[in-house]
Amino acid sequence: MIASEGSLKPRGDHLARTYAVVALFIALKAVGNLALAWGMKHSSEAPSASPLHYLRAMLDPAVALGVALLILSVLTRMALLSMADLSFVLPVTAIGYVLAAFLGKTFLHEAVTAQRWTGTVLIVIGAALVGSTSESTTGQRA
Amino acid sequence: MKWVLVVLMVSATVASDVLQSFEMKRSGEQSVGARGLVRLLRLIAQRKFLILAIGCLAVSFFSFMALVQTEPLSFAVPASAASYVFETALARFVLKECVGPRRIVGTLIVLAGVALVGG
Repeated sequence: MIASEGSLKPRGDHLARTYAVVALFIALKAVGNLALAWGMKHSSEAPSASPLHYLRAMLDPAVALGVALLILSVLTRMALLSMADLSFVLPVTAIGYVLAAFLGKTFLHEAVTAQRWTGTVLIVIGAALVGSTSESTTGQRA
Repeated sequence: MKWVLVVLMVSATVASDVLQSFEMKRSGEQSVGARGLVRLLRLIAQRKFLILAIGCLAVSFFSFMALVQTEPLSFAVPASAASYVFETALARFVLKECVGPRRIVGTLIVLAGVALVGG
């Protein structure tokens, strides 16, 4: 563990906070996408390419909630990039694909093929491998 | 048109993430509490690279939306994952991150996983 100096907190503490923000980002994005998909699928309007269609869809509570959660997820990811490397954040947050497959199957009754499950297993293995490296290799925490 | 949209989407994603990472590292560690998020919004308004990054994010989002209107999601999702390769390379050479063999292999496995999820 790196000794604390000034505002620098111990490395274990930093790692725990980084993973807490990773978990928050993944949850916000997954629930945001789920709410958005739920609202769009239950929308009474016919699908259209018109921007007005999307603006009207935002009046739906589920769609509005989804958009709000996705905006929060963008801000959370920015905070995460202040704590960890981009090359760490990218693969580790790909775990969101696994959660999306699970939520899609559970709540939207989407078909998840064997190929998709194989893909999710690979994502978990790759993310675990990247997660075993130091989360920040630039600046004072290198 | 399909490949123009893919190039636009991937380039915009890569530019947005590299710019965000560069600026956020310079700004110091941010928190995700209510005060932290307000501070973050103020930071976005002050830093031109962050404003540019959000512009790129919007281009990436609308390119993706345009792509899925004409192409299946099973093409669009794996195509968007191409950004992992470019971003990892730029993280190494532009952001000066230490990208070792374990991180490269892990990222390639994730890339294969994303391609299968979308495929």
